[in-house]
Amino acid sequence: MEKKYWKSLNELQITEQQQADLHAEDGQDRSMVEILADEANNKSSSRRDFLKWCGISFVSATVLSACENPVKKAIPYLNQPETLVPGKASYYASTYLNGNEYCPVLVKSRDGRPIKIEGNTLSGITKGGTSARVQASVLSLYDTGARYKTALKNGEETEWAEVDTNIVEKLKEISDRGGRIALVTPTLLSPSSKALIEEFKSTFAGVEVIAWDAIPYHGLRKAHENLFGNAIIPDYRFDKAELIVGFGCDFLATWLSPVEFAGHYAERRRLSQEKPEMSRHIQFESMLSLTGASADERVPVKPTEELKILLALHDQVAALAGQAGIGAASVDYDVESLARQLMENQGKALVVSGSSQAEVQMLAAAINQMCGAYGTTIETTTPLMIGMAGDNAFDNLLNDMNQGNVDAVMFYHTNPVYHHAATEKVISGIEKTTLSISFASTKDETAKVCQYILPDHHYLESWGDAEFKSGHYSLLQPLIQPLFKTRQFQDTLLAWMGKDSDFHAYLKNRWQNNLMPLQSEFNEAEIFWIKSLQAGVLEIQPNRGQAMNFNPAALSEIAGKINNRIASAAELEFVIYPSLSLADGHDANNPWLQELPDPITSVCWDNFAAVSPATATSLGLAEGDLIRINEKTRVPVLIQPGVAAGCMSIALGYGRTHAGISADERGGNAFLLNTNRLFSGEVSNWEKVGGKHEFARTQTHFSMEGRAIVRESTLDKYQQDPAAGNELHKYHEKHKTTLYPAQEFEGHHWALMVDLNACTGCSTCVIACQSENNIPVIGKDQVRRRRIMHWMRIDRYYTGEAENPGVVFQPLMCQHCDHAPCENVCPVAATTHSQEGINQITYNRCVGTKYCINNCPYKVRRFNWYEFATKEEFNTHTTTDLGRMVLNPDVTVRERGVVEKCSFCVQRIQEAKLTAKNERRLLNDGEVKPACAQACPSNALVFGDLNDPESKVSKLIKDPRNYHLLEELHTLPSVGYLTKIRNPRT
Amino acid sequence: MINNKIRYALVKGDKTYGQITDELLLNVEQKPPLWWFAGMTIGTILLAIGGWAFYMSLSQGLGTWGLTNSVAWGWDIINFVWWIGIGHAGTAFTIFFLVFRQKWAGSINRSAEAMTVFAVMCAGLFPLIHMGRPWLAFFILPYPNTRLLWLNFNSPLFWDVLAISTYLITSIMLWYMGMVPDLATIAQRTKNKVGKFLYGMFSLGWNGSLYTYSRYETLMKILGGLAAPLVISVHTIVALDFAVSVLPGWHATILPPYFFVGAIFSGFAMVLTLMILFRKAFNLYDYITEKHLDNIAHVLKFGSLIIGLAYVTELFTAWYSGVDYEIYTFFRARATGSFSVAFWIMFVFNAVIPQLFWFNKARKNLIILFLISIVINIGMWFERYIILVSSLAEDFLPSSWTHYSPTMVDIGIYLGTFGLFTCGMLMFVRYIPIVAVNEVKPIARAEKLRKQKAQDHEH
Repeated sequence: MEKKYWKSLNELQITEQQQADLHAEDGQDRSMVEILADEANNKSSSRRDFLKWCGISFVSATVLSACENPVKKAIPYLNQPETLVPGKASYYASTYLNGNEYCPVLVKSRDGRPIKIEGNTLSGITKGGTSARVQASVLSLYDTGARYKTALKNGEETEWAEVDTNIVEKLKEISDRGGRIALVTPTLLSPSSKALIEEFKSTFAGVEVIAWDAIPYHGLRKAHENLFGNAIIPDYRFDKAELIVGFGCDFLATWLSPVEFAGHYAERRRLSQEKPEMSRHIQFESMLSLTGASADERVPVKPTEELKILLALHDQVAALAGQAGIGAASVDYDVESLARQLMENQGKALVVSGSSQAEVQMLAAAINQMCGAYGTTIETTTPLMIGMAGDNAFDNLLNDMNQGNVDAVMFYHTNPVYHHAATEKVISGIEKTTLSISFASTKDETAKVCQYILPDHHYLESWGDAEFKSGHYSLLQPLIQPLFKTRQFQDTLLAWMGKDSDFHAYLKNRWQNNLMPLQSEFNEAEIFWIKSLQAGVLEIQPNRGQAMNFNPAALSEIAGKINNRIASAAELEFVIYPSLSLADGHDANNPWLQELPDPITSVCWDNFAAVSPATATSLGLAEGDLIRINEKTRVPVLIQPGVAAGCMSIALGYGRTHAGISADERGGNAFLLNTNRLFSGEVSNWEKVGGKHEFARTQTHFSMEGRAIVRESTLDKYQQDPAAGNELHKYHEKHKTTLYPAQEFEGHHWALMVDLNACTGCSTCVIACQSENNIPVIGKDQVRRRRIMHWMRIDRYYTGEAENPGVVFQPLMCQHCDHAPCENVCPVAATTHSQEGINQITYNRCVGTKYCINNCPYKVRRFNWYEFATKEEFNTHTTTDLGRMVLNPDVTVRERGVVEKCSFCVQRIQEAKLTAKNERRLLNDGEVKPACAQACPSNALVFGDLNDPESKVSKLIKDPRNYHLLEELHTLPSVGYLTKIRNPRT
Repeated sequence: MINNKIRYALVKGDKTYGQITDELLLNVEQKPPLWWFAGMTIGTILLAIGGWAFYMSLSQGLGTWGLTNSVAWGWDIINFVWWIGIGHAGTAFTIFFLVFRQKWAGSINRSAEAMTVFAVMCAGLFPLIHMGRPWLAFFILPYPNTRLLWLNFNSPLFWDVLAISTYLITSIMLWYMGMVPDLATIAQRTKNKVGKFLYGMFSLGWNGSLYTYSRYETLMKILGGLAAPLVISVHTIVALDFAVSVLPGWHATILPPYFFVGAIFSGFAMVLTLMILFRKAFNLYDYITEKHLDNIAHVLKFGSLIIGLAYVTELFTAWYSGVDYEIYTFFRARATGSFSVAFWIMFVFNAVIPQLFWFNKARKNLIILFLISIVINIGMWFERYIILVSSLAEDFLPSSWTHYSPTMVDIGIYLGTFGLFTCGMLMFVRYIPIVAVNEVKPIARAEKLRKQKAQDHEH
């Protein structure tokens, strides 16, 4: 004990009671409330209390007044990581993997947090292309609303260790008594995960793995098995095809490998003086798809009619090839000439069908075989690894579950409660098991009915690998420590198997042991691993030839099924399709994707039953009428030119019920209609359920009004005159005149060229721009008020008749006019022209008169009508601290009342310039790429410096196809468009 | 000098100066009638609605308005131009009739100027509130600052700031200076001590001496001279906001004169509305005679002809230019398309109905006069609506075409400006003589002299 000092005798004689009081006065136990209560009750309070009171008042006053300036939490590193330079982005290779979707990516990380996804140019599959969904996936990482934060047992938070002991005990118990444990997965692309699951199966007897895909490609595989004795999904090469015939196959948006296909397709259709040739594309389809919009000839037909034409085409081709037909009825279409053309294009033709039915795919495969596509436009050496799962196994499992024959069921990356048409059956089946586990990382309908939810990491937090095409391997690596108490699925399995190592070690080990021998570049295991991680992809030359023995006899067996299907033709049919933005709906809670306008209809935040104008009239439907189809799915009606007569097309991915605030109750779930798993069928019953729906559309006028906005021509005219369709450009160039001296740009003069022939309208650029430039989501109601904030939009116009219109897309961003109408009207000079030709906005200076918005002929300027970035009524992702981690620190988050627009990604230009300067060299052409150009899967956007005569843009701007939008206004845009050329049959 | 045969009586009745003073100060000196309180109540309610709408715009943002990415100016600027137009007439009245020596305007000047001041105040609110960040409105003023920021002198919005603020200041000066002698009269007569002090203070020590009168006349002439070009500049500059742009329907050199005439037209219509009300309310039949109203009707008829000419000229130039966009805007969007109802309201209300004033009976019928004055103001509102919205909603790229409709907040702000105007005008009629006493007296005297002369002549 301390020595006691005293000043006076009084103090020395202090009583114990007093001493206690003294301690109490120290305020250890007395809260401010108590002190105030004492005051109020006239109890004496000491001087000390008073001072405390004063102090607290003072502090709270200080705190309150400090509220004006929000406290910014920036904590410096205690130990600065050597590789991390604050303010400088690092890029790590990883792989986007979501069911059937695959894309090797580079993830941009700033200060330890992933903020942007870019394509991995080293990939031989995607070649640096991405899709809108890939671009948006970074936002799902920070989805605080929908991600599971920790392991849950019956909805209660629980500890992983406890879960592990409980479950291992149960699994052991089940396998000991010979029970059944089902692990439901989609087709797994990860070879290491597959190997791990095999090991898991051997650890616990009774484990069976049932693969089930929401969007199945198994029919395609099965067709090849039946026809060629080889169950593969071959590699379709749209870059080698002269004549492409599509049957309900949206290969530019969602089918098989759309990023790769869009790139290949555009490559073949890109025109130049050196290559004035392009492929011809004929599309038969029921819905108006992105692919159909790009086609040279589009035939809208009902699903059964489509099959009829395919069958007739097959028979015609067979007749020409001297083979037996199947017995087709006559059709309304001139299949004979098409068949002849297919046969004329031996080895250069390609027929693709989007059907999930094996028999239909067999017809397409047979046609391909007869016109020599295999080995040329269809490669069999690098088959795709997706679509391994048929439906039978899962259907059997469902039955067994409902009969109580399954003891435990686990769902990894599958959500059958939502994706399966028989939702009730799935739920009751799950409830009959004694143990049900979901590994879902975000909220989903299946997890909701499972006992345990053991959340997996987001892919940006995970280790992993993928083999999308045979021999094309790629790696996933974590970009950030897990944000929540989640655990990677594979680590969970390892833990249950009682292994000490984690999946990282397992993966590394497996790559070093199994994949290293397949390549010859690196001999040392560690170096091989590091280099593979760095590149993200490992591509091994295929050495296994695929024996393809055509067995036409197999075709004779399908006639019955095909004819049954054709005979099922109904007055009104439906077709359901994965939507461009949401696909199967797994990421439905991603507000970027929800707010991405569908490029065809310009609708966001909803799905709909699209019907053609004539069908709508005959059915008595008006736009916005809410209908219930087959007593299952409730969707509003949208009148959509180009949908086949007597057909409704409905997008999948909507109508989630338990996925998060952005996804729930948006549109209707069309999976419920998919009872036959053929993604089309009869509308046996529909009824208006009352009420009108107001769509959130970003474009409401669809005619060009005869203006030369998108300039279009045909290939034969182009071959005669490369400036075909672009005659106005010459006229305006000749007549343009000005009183003012021409502007001169020293240094750089940035420009962007848009090749309308390469653009498929896939909208990847829109999301890339949103991600790069911190563009806020504004919600359905604000979109309805026509206030979408996207800096980049895809304008879509129709030409021709209403029942089968021609469709053209035009990506539109700020045109960076050298004579910009917006610049001279700003009273405070907040928008000015840079010395490099960029039209720039100084947000700090903008007072928001909106004069510039009015005076912009392209209407690309956006106004912050509200505090969009931080108010919860508009968006739910940048309102929390965690959600704000996705923001790009190089780009200001704009406040309310400020005008904004495309800046040509000036932050990227600046960064590239500084890098070049530090390295004491000039900027190279192609070194700067704005987010849109970087993301584009078809390289339709080319950015560069006009002052460099050797740059790609300088050459393209001299192309006779180049024109500027509204060039008659003499705004001198820095954005040029290359005319759209189609190649119709004459 | 004045020919009795042609000239009419500007002030009726054989009145002494005392009588004139008594009659014209009646509104200041009597207790306000019941309708005044009723009017003030309505005005205050409207002001409160406007206050709510203002609060919503300021606290939430301009998203509370009906504007879109394409139509970034809507009711705000329509109402701004509309009020500016109305605010045109007062000063124009004083100035042009001064220049043309039209003595009859003498009894209308004061209230027309009051109308100008309040209308310009209403108008001035809109450019302020329509900014995205009104708290930074001072950015738009040319003030020296350490950041070396300067304004864009190419922007018509900046010209607007200068033109409107100058116009407002000059209008207030003209109005206020004009009433100084009257204020002195009131100060002399009032028994109320506070009133005496205030009126006395604002009469700036007016003592009625010849010396004072001489200075007063000089000042008024200077102010009049200053204001004359401003009357023209203010609305032509507002027109330049549109004419300087590239949009079809805006990008036209006809807009400045067209806007100017439109402004005079709508302003005079509003003067007519107010005069009919005032002469009834304050029994001013002897001072604001049928002849006054008749004259205004003639001016309106003439204005309507010019406006009609402008409409037709616009259509002609659109067609003659051969430019697709112009032709679309005028012949499709405006005349036959989405905006056709508003277009034909504008055309008929402004260019056709006022032509009724060719008929003597229409000009003499107070009800018709009153109704047409209202019709013109509605028509002029639609004119601004047509110009603003049709050009923005359907411009160059059909992909960004939108519909536009106002929200409750838009309407609230507009109602609020009515509240401001009503309250302002009611305060004016409560505390300041509606008819300029000091201007009417010489007119009445001249009248008397003329009559005497005529009588002498007869004898």
